[in-house]
Amino acid sequence: MLEIKNLHARIAEDGTEIIRGLNLTVKAGEVAAIMGPNGSGKSTLSYVLSGREDYEVTEGDILYNGESILELDASERAAKGIFLAFQYPVEIPGVATMQFLKVAMNEQRKYRGEDELTTPEFMRRVKEAAAELKIAPEMLRRPLNVGFSGGEKKRAEILQMALLEPKLCVLDETDSGLDIDALKVVADGVNALRSPDRAVVVITHYQRLLDYIVPDTVHVLYKGQVIKSGDKTLAHELEAKGYADLIEAAA
Amino acid sequence: MNMQQAIKMTAAETALVDAYTAQIGDLPGDGAVLSLRDTLVHELRTAGLPTRRVESWHYTDLRTLLRTVPAADSSAFADRVEAVVPGSSVLAVRSGQADLKSLPKGVTARSYTESLLDGSAVAGLAVLGSDDAIGRINGGLVRGGLEIEIAEGAELEAPLEIQAVQSHGQAHTRFPVSFGAGSKATVIERHLSTNAEASFVSSVSDVTLAEGADVIWIILQQQGSADTHLGQIRFDLGKNAKLHLFIINAGGKLVRQEIHGKTSGEGADLTLRGINLLGGESHTDVTFTLGHDVPHTTSTEIIRNVVFDRAKGVFQGKILVAKDAQKTDAKMSCNTLLLSDDADFSSKPELEIFADDVQCGHGATVTDIDHTQLFYMLARGIPEKKARAMLVNAFVAEIVEELEDDEELVEALEGIISAWLEKHA
Repeated sequence: MLEIKNLHARIAEDGTEIIRGLNLTVKAGEVAAIMGPNGSGKSTLSYVLSGREDYEVTEGDILYNGESILELDASERAAKGIFLAFQYPVEIPGVATMQFLKVAMNEQRKYRGEDELTTPEFMRRVKEAAAELKIAPEMLRRPLNVGFSGGEKKRAEILQMALLEPKLCVLDETDSGLDIDALKVVADGVNALRSPDRAVVVITHYQRLLDYIVPDTVHVLYKGQVIKSGDKTLAHELEAKGYADLIEAAA
Repeated sequence: MNMQQAIKMTAAETALVDAYTAQIGDLPGDGAVLSLRDTLVHELRTAGLPTRRVESWHYTDLRTLLRTVPAADSSAFADRVEAVVPGSSVLAVRSGQADLKSLPKGVTARSYTESLLDGSAVAGLAVLGSDDAIGRINGGLVRGGLEIEIAEGAELEAPLEIQAVQSHGQAHTRFPVSFGAGSKATVIERHLSTNAEASFVSSVSDVTLAEGADVIWIILQQQGSADTHLGQIRFDLGKNAKLHLFIINAGGKLVRQEIHGKTSGEGADLTLRGINLLGGESHTDVTFTLGHDVPHTTSTEIIRNVVFDRAKGVFQGKILVAKDAQKTDAKMSCNTLLLSDDADFSSKPELEIFADDVQCGHGATVTDIDHTQLFYMLARGIPEKKARAMLVNAFVAEIVEELEDDEELVEALEGIISAWLEKHA
């Protein structure tokens, strides 16, 4: 589903290279965890995948279902089924949460040549998904993410993911700022979306989240490259020993 | 020999003076009204239109910006249009003649032309100061308008829409409106043009709120892209009176909207909100002065500006707190979204405080679209053009939603704003 080949990417503004020859393949149905120390390029990878313009790809390619997505802008990638759950979901005063959800769902449908949802159908889907994630209807009446607690923001991200039904989900540090109860709710939400035709990339600093979202593969990112890949036991090893040994071995 | 040197008049100044001369004998009012008109036009001839050297006109050099003035043409008013809010009582002004057949209960009105003819208008025709160019032009040339009285205790169920529709030529109107004690009303003062021909409009509203009156007054300026609009609203707030004044500029080529008011009774409160939607080559100036004249009065002012293309905008806001006006609470802010490299906005907030126990503050920001917010919306599949429009809309929608008690009004104003944005964004 996702094939990243010798990817090089830099910050557009100052030319600093962050991703330096990254290779990664994630198959449909797979949950892949990307781990790594601070500054290894984890968040940059999520932005480059979703098409943020602050980063430039200078070499290599990203194939999604066999096709390069480098020429697509962020909204086209989203409409094709790539979803980024933000580490810091953005507050947008003046845009009601429900309006945002409806516009996003319908714009994606329009792009794919599908009919727009009727209002009752839209309401039904939101109510159902919100109940699963223990999101109060009152929260949905507020402007998008405004005044939401850290946990509420992350749950709202997963709600958007559930409603938009993406094919490739990228979760950027979804565990940061969550207490254990909120973490479980979020993990349940993600697990509910696991399916043979959907891939999930979980970017995380700590192993903790992976106790709840158990990955099929684990990849260690360092200085913009994958320096080691393995199964879920690799995450436990890292938790026990830290990154130092691996980094030394790679150097 | 001591001769007064007349300035060399610009084309626009000549056109205004000529408009007066051409209408002598036809403009309503004689005696004191006529003599005051003469004085005002004489001042216009000798002092000319204000330039940037006049402090209150520093950012809007009217003498340079106003190139031409179309000739007066009494047939230039156009037919009435549908009300902004369905179910409103519409008072349309045509050639200064008001259409008064459908007045709601508690409202009396007569044509302002009658006040000019019987001389009762003369006190209100005085200018506010030597820099009051709008008062001067309007006082010299005003033909009509409406004089409206809302009875004590009257509560109007539907908005009252004062509708001044113009097609071309000139219009000079006045709207003295008094709200009786304890009355409650929403008034929409609407200026709009029906075509692309140039017109020149001056309009002065003079609003008095008696004790406990609770008024929403909306000025909706939707002139055409070749039009000059010089508007002024004066207000006086009595004890515990509440005025929510909402100005929307969504049209015009050269626009100046002045707001001059005072709180003259304790407990008076002003909420001023302004939305300036600016595009093309237009120049729009909102100038506000407020005197907190007595103790325990409050005001908040929020102006939101959206500037596209090569448009220029100005906000000047001056709050004066008198020596005795202790416990005044006033907060003013002006926020601007600049959406093109050639767009320009100047903001000049001022506080002049002579009392020592007050809470006053002001702030101003100028920004572009927030790129993090934009990326977030794109990452959810919303195309860039749509995402930008939603963010711009959100920037101004916040202050429209404060009118939430009247859903129909909020919906109508939001509709006007999004229609404008769809055309310009």
